[in-house]
Amino acid sequence: MIKVTLLWTDMMVWLLIVSLLAWGWTVSRSPQVKKQWHTIFKSSIAMASAVILLFYMLFTLLDSVHFRFAMPITQTQQTQSEEIQYGEIVSLLDLAMVHNIESTERTYSAPFATHEYAKSIVIDAEGVTKQEYLPLKHVSGSDGVMKHTLFALVIGLLISGLLVFSHMFWRKKRGNKSELPWKAAYMTLTLLLVTFTWFYLLSYDYHVLGTDKVGGDVLYQSLKSIRTGVLIGTLTTLILLPVAIILGISAGLFGGWVDDVIQYLYTTLSSIPGVLLIAAGVLSMQVMMDNNPGWFETTLERSDLRLLFLIIILGITSWTGLARLLRAETLKISQIEFVTAAKAFGVGKWTIIRRHIIPNLMHIILISVVLDFSGLVLAEAVLSYVGVGVDPTMHSWGNMINQARLEMAREPMVWWSLFSAFVFMFILVLAANLFSDRIQKVLDPRNKT
Amino acid sequence: MFAYILKRILYAIPILIGVNLITFVLFFMVNSPDDMARAQLGAKQVTPQMIEAWKVDKGYDKALFVNEHAKGVYKVTDTLFVQESLKLFSFDFGSSDANRNIGTEIKERMGPSLAIALPTFMIALITNISLALLLVLFRGSTLDTGMMIVAVMIMSVSGLFYIIAGQVLFSKMWHWMPISGYEPGFYGIKFIILPVLIGVFSGIGSGVRWYRSIFLEQINQDYVRTARAKGLSELKVLFGHVLRNGMLPILTGVVVVIPTLFMGSLIMESFFGIPGLGSYTIDAINSQDFAIVKAMVFLGSVLYIVGLILTDISYTLFDPRVKL
Repeated sequence: MIKVTLLWTDMMVWLLIVSLLAWGWTVSRSPQVKKQWHTIFKSSIAMASAVILLFYMLFTLLDSVHFRFAMPITQTQQTQSEEIQYGEIVSLLDLAMVHNIESTERTYSAPFATHEYAKSIVIDAEGVTKQEYLPLKHVSGSDGVMKHTLFALVIGLLISGLLVFSHMFWRKKRGNKSELPWKAAYMTLTLLLVTFTWFYLLSYDYHVLGTDKVGGDVLYQSLKSIRTGVLIGTLTTLILLPVAIILGISAGLFGGWVDDVIQYLYTTLSSIPGVLLIAAGVLSMQVMMDNNPGWFETTLERSDLRLLFLIIILGITSWTGLARLLRAETLKISQIEFVTAAKAFGVGKWTIIRRHIIPNLMHIILISVVLDFSGLVLAEAVLSYVGVGVDPTMHSWGNMINQARLEMAREPMVWWSLFSAFVFMFILVLAANLFSDRIQKVLDPRNKT
Repeated sequence: MFAYILKRILYAIPILIGVNLITFVLFFMVNSPDDMARAQLGAKQVTPQMIEAWKVDKGYDKALFVNEHAKGVYKVTDTLFVQESLKLFSFDFGSSDANRNIGTEIKERMGPSLAIALPTFMIALITNISLALLLVLFRGSTLDTGMMIVAVMIMSVSGLFYIIAGQVLFSKMWHWMPISGYEPGFYGIKFIILPVLIGVFSGIGSGVRWYRSIFLEQINQDYVRTARAKGLSELKVLFGHVLRNGMLPILTGVVVVIPTLFMGSLIMESFFGIPGLGSYTIDAINSQDFAIVKAMVFLGSVLYIVGLILTDISYTLFDPRVKL
C-alpha cells in the first residue's frame, strides 16, 4: 500500500509548473514573443545554461513527489486495530538513492576513501589497544574504482547518446532547420549525464563525495539540497510576482492616493535592512510554530512548513524593488500615444492593462525574475548561516556549509562537504546568471544600439 | 534647500512609524508578551505571577493598541505600541535580555564595524571604477569579454566561499594574517586586512559590471562623439567626459549605502570575530534577543532614510540642472 503525500511546497511546485506551462502556451501563440525567445536561444551559452537549469529542475521535480509506504503489519498490531500504519515520507529521489541513505558510516570519510578519516582506538584479539584507521562499512574496496569508472562512462555515454540521437532524428523527421545551437545543448547534456551516471553508479560501492560528521553521504545531501535551493529561488518569485505586478501597475496607472499608499508601503518595507526583516519574520514564525504543534505530524512536514514560511517571508520582503521598477515603467508607457489612443477609443482599463501595459513590462519582469533567482539561491546559504534559514534538519547547501565550516580547523582538512555544496551551488547560479545576461541582452530595449 | 531637507525629514516620520508598526506586529502580536515571558523564564513551573512580574519589569504590561482602562486620549497613548515607539524615536533602546544598555553597546560597537566597512567600501569603489574604465577603454576586445566572463563567475560564487577560502589560504596555510580577532588602533591593521580584501574581492564581479554598463551608456551619447570629433584623445574623453557624467548614476547607488556602513557586515564580522554591530545583530538573532533586533531594525531604517536624503542633496551639488 502506498499513500501519496502532498506537502505544502510540493503543491506550490506543481502550481509553478502549471503556471509555467500556461505561460509557455501564451508565448507560443504570439509570433512576436516566440521570435524573441528564438533569439535568446540562438546563443550557445544560453542553450547550455538552459540545459543545466532544466537538469536541476528535473531533480527538484523528482524530489517533489512524496509518498509513504505502508509498514509491514505485525501480529500484535493486527489484533489491535485495522488501521494501516505508514512509514516515513519518502520522495522518488530517496527511492533512487536508497542505498546511500542506508549506508551511513560512523563519521567523516574522504571521497572514495576505504577507511575512516580519523584513527580510532581498537582493542584487538590479544587485548592490546592500538590506534588505527577503521575500514568503512559500506565500501567494497579501492581496487575497483577504475573498472567501475570505465563501466559508468560507457553507460553514461550510451544514455546521453540515445537521448541526443533520438532528438536529432526527431528534428530531421520534422524537417525544421532551426538555427538554434543544438550542439551546445547536446554537449552540456552529455557532460551532465556522464558525470551524473558516474557518480550514481559508483555511489553503490563508494562514498563518491565522502561522508559528513555523522557518516551521512555527502552526494545524497548535495542532491537533496537541489530541491531546497531551486524552491527558494523559484517559489519566492511565484509569491512576489503577483504582489509586485498588481501594486506596481496600479501605482503607475491610477496615480493619486493609490500611488501614495503604494509608494509609502514599499519605501517603508525597503527601508528595513533585508536580513533583519527576514530574521524578524523567521523568529516570529518559529514562535508561532512552537505554539501550534498541531500544524504538522512528522519532522519532515515541520521542516516543510518552515520552508514554506521562509519562502513567503522572502516573497513579502523582496517585491519592493520590482514594484518600483514596474511603477516607473507603467508611468512612462501610459504617456505613450497608443495608450492614449486606446483610452480615446473607449477601451476599458483592464483591456488596456492586459493588451498594452503588461506585454510592454514583460522584459522587466523576466529579467528581474532570473536575476532574483540566483540572488535567492545564494541568500539561502547566508540565511542558514545567520540561523534564520531553512530548518536545520532539512538538506540545504547553507546547512551543509554551516555544519562543515567548523571542521576547517582540522588537520588534514575536511573539505569535501564544503566543496560539494559550493560546487553544486556555483553551477546552478552561474547557469542562471549567464541565462539572465542573455535575456537582458535580447529583451532590454536599451541594448539595441 | 533648507526647506526641502526639512520636508524630507518630516516625510521620514510616517515611514519610521510604519517601520515601527511592522516590527511591533512581528514581535508583539505574533509573539505575545506572555509567550516572551515564558520563553525567557524557562518553560517549567512558570506561575502567572512570575509572568506578570516579568512583564512589569520589562514594561510590557500594557495593552497592545487600545487601552480599555484609560480615559480620553490615553486610550491610545497609554499603550505598548505608542510607548515603545516613543522610546525608539528618542533613541532609547532599553536593555537587552542580558540586562545591558543597548544604546551604549551600539556606540561601542560602531567603531569596529566602521574599521572594516569603511576601507572595504572605499577600496571597492576605487577598484571597481578603475577596472570598469579599463574595460570600457578596451571595449569589445578579448580582454573585455574575458574579464566579463570572469566577473560573472566571481558573482556566481557564494560569499561564504571567499571568506572560508581566504581564511584557509592566508591564515591557516600561509600564516600571513591572524585568522580572526580585533584590536583597536594601528596594530589592529593586521586583523583588518583580510576581511577588507575578501570584502572587496567578493563584490568585484557585480561592481565592475554595474559601473561598466553605466559608462557604456554614456559612451554612445552625442557629447562623447563631439568630444572625439574635437580631436580629444580616448583617455581624455573617458576621464573628462564619460567618468564625469557617469558620476550621477553612480551617486544614486553609492551615497545611499554610506550611512548603512555603520551597521557593519553581518557575515564578515561574525566570521572574523570582530566585535561590531554586525556580529552583535547575529548574536541577538541566535539568542532570540528581540530588544536588540528591534533596535537594529530601527537604526537600519533611520540610516537608510538618511542615505536617501543625502543622495538628493549630493545630486544638487553635482548636477547643476537639479534644483530643489
